[in-house]
Amino acid sequence: MSSVKFNQEIISKTEKNLFQKLVSEQSFWVTIALFGICFIMFFVEDAFSSKDNLFNITRNFSFIGIMAIGMTFVIITAGIDLSVGSIMGVTGVICGLLLDAQFLPEWYSKASYFEGVYVWVSIILALLAGILIGAVNGYLIAYLKLSPFVVTLGMMAAARSLALVVSNNKMFYEFGPKDEMFYEIGGGSMLGLANATWLLIFLTIVMGLVLKYTSYGKHVFAVGSNKKAAELSGINIRWIEMSVYMISGLFAAISAVMIVGWMGSVTNALGYTYELRVIAATVIGGANLMGGVGGTFGAFIGAALMETIRNSLLMAGIDPYWQGTFLGLFIVGAVWLEKVKNKKN
Amino acid sequence: MSILSLNNIEKNFGAIQALIGVSFDIKEAETVGLMGDNGAGKSTLLKIIAGNFKPSGGEIKFENNTVAFEKPIDARKSGIEVVYQDLALCNHLTAASNVFLGREIQKGIWPFKYLDYPAMFKKSSELFEELKSETRPKDLVMQMSGGQRQAVAIARTRLTNPKLVLMDEPTAAISVRQVAEVLDLIKRLKDQGIAVMLISHRMPDIFEVCDKLVVLRRGEKVCEKNIKDSSTEEATGLITGAIDRV
Repeated sequence: MSSVKFNQEIISKTEKNLFQKLVSEQSFWVTIALFGICFIMFFVEDAFSSKDNLFNITRNFSFIGIMAIGMTFVIITAGIDLSVGSIMGVTGVICGLLLDAQFLPEWYSKASYFEGVYVWVSIILALLAGILIGAVNGYLIAYLKLSPFVVTLGMMAAARSLALVVSNNKMFYEFGPKDEMFYEIGGGSMLGLANATWLLIFLTIVMGLVLKYTSYGKHVFAVGSNKKAAELSGINIRWIEMSVYMISGLFAAISAVMIVGWMGSVTNALGYTYELRVIAATVIGGANLMGGVGGTFGAFIGAALMETIRNSLLMAGIDPYWQGTFLGLFIVGAVWLEKVKNKKN
Repeated sequence: MSILSLNNIEKNFGAIQALIGVSFDIKEAETVGLMGDNGAGKSTLLKIIAGNFKPSGGEIKFENNTVAFEKPIDARKSGIEVVYQDLALCNHLTAASNVFLGREIQKGIWPFKYLDYPAMFKKSSELFEELKSETRPKDLVMQMSGGQRQAVAIARTRLTNPKLVLMDEPTAAISVRQVAEVLDLIKRLKDQGIAVMLISHRMPDIFEVCDKLVVLRRGEKVCEKNIKDSSTEEATGLITGAIDRV
C-alpha cells in the first residue's frame, strides 16, 4: 500500500522548474552565504571593500580554485587526490629550475633565450610534469585498482620529496632575460582582475561545459554514480578514472606556474597543505565525496567563500593561528550538510 | 525460424558444474520463461548468452551464425540486449542520460563535439511513450519508483532495435502495481517482434507473458514445453524435483 502511495506521489510531481533546480544546488546556497558575508563586511569594515582588498581576495582564491576544478573531476568519480599540494610543489620547482638558466647547460640558454622561448618551454614542461604525475596516480588507481586514498597519500610524500631532490633545497628567483614576461603571466592583471582570476573564470566555464555537454563529462558522472553500470554500457571506465587524475595533476601544475609567476620565486615548500584547502573548496561547493555529484562552479564558489571568510577573520582581528580550525570545521560541516540533504531526499 | 540456438552448453567453475549440456532454441518474437531454483544455473546461462562468461563447452548460434562473445559489448553489437537484475542504472543521471549511456547522440565535429540534449530527450520520451510508461526523460533515476526504473532499463534496450532481450528477475523487489507495469512492458517488446528470455522466480509472471517454459535444475534442462501445455503445479514440481523431467 505504502509503495503505491509513494508511486502516486512521484507521478503527481511535475518536472522541476529552473528556480527549484537552483535551490536544490549546494553551490547556490554557498553563493548566497558569500554575498551575505560580503554584505556584512561591507558595513563593518571599510578596508574590506577597498579595491586592493577585493583584488587580493579574488587573486588569492584563484590559485586554490584552479586546483579545485581538477579536484572536482576526481571527486565526481568518487576518488580523492591528496597529492595536489605536492604536485604543485614539484611542478613549481621544475618550472623555476628551467627558468633559472644558471643550473642548465649553456647551449640550452643560448638556444632558448631567443624571444623568450625558454619561458614557454619551462611552462609547458612543468604542465607536462603535472600530467605525468597525475597519470602515475591514475594508472595505479584505475588499472591496478589500488585505493585512491592510499595511492595519492603515497604520491603526496613522493612528489614533495622529488621537489626537494630537484631543487636541492635551493630557492629559485632568477628567471632569465625575459623574466618580466613570466611575472606578467602569473602576476599581471586585466580590467581590475588578476590574470589568475581570469584564468580561473575561463577554466570554470570551459571545464563546466566539458562536464555538462560532452560524452566524456557524462561518463565521468556515470563512473562515480555506478561504475558497474558504466562498464556494462561499454564505457572505458579505466581510462575515465585514469584521466581525471591527469586533469587534477595538470590543474595543480597550472596553478603552480601562475603562483610562481606572481610570487617571483619558488621553494620546495610551495603548495604545502594546499590539498586540504582544495578538497575543502570542492566539497563546500557541493561535490559529493561518494561520487556522482559536483560542478566547476561549485569549486569556484567554494574557493571564493573560504578565502573571503579567511580574509574577514583576519580583518576582524582574529589570530591567524585559528585558520586551520575553521578550515577543519568547514570540511566537516560541508559533508554533514550533504548528509542532511540526502536524508531529506 | 529460431533466432538463438543453444547446443549442449556446458559451464564449470572449477569442480562445480553450473550447466550440463543445456540445449534449446528461442524463436523470433518468442518469449521464453526460464525458471529454476537458486543455483540452478539460470543467471549463469544468461551471462553466457550476454557475453559476460564464456561457455566451457557447447555452441551458441545467433541468427544462424556461431558466436563467441568476448565482452557484453560484443553481444550488444550483435543485437542482444540485457536488462540486469540490479538494473545497472546511474542514480545521479537523468532517465534520458541513462537510456543513452555509452551511446550518446552528439553534434559538431571533433574536438568540438557536444551532446545533443534535445534529440536525446525527444528520442527517450518516444521510447517511454511506446512502452506506455509515465517516466519523464529529465527526471533523475534516483527519484524514480521501481517500475519506472524498469522502464528506463527496458527503454535502453530499444535504442538499437535488438533481436533478443534478456531479462534477469525484472519483477523482483517491486510492488504489485509495478509488476503489472513491467509485464506490460515485456508484452510491448513482443508486439515489436523482439524475442525475450525472461528469468523469474514468480510463477504468475512467467505464465502471463511467456510462450515457452524452460526449467533448469542443478544445471540440467528438465523441461521445455509450450506454456499452454504446462501448469503452475507442473512447473513447481519440476523446479523442486518432485517431477523428475518431462
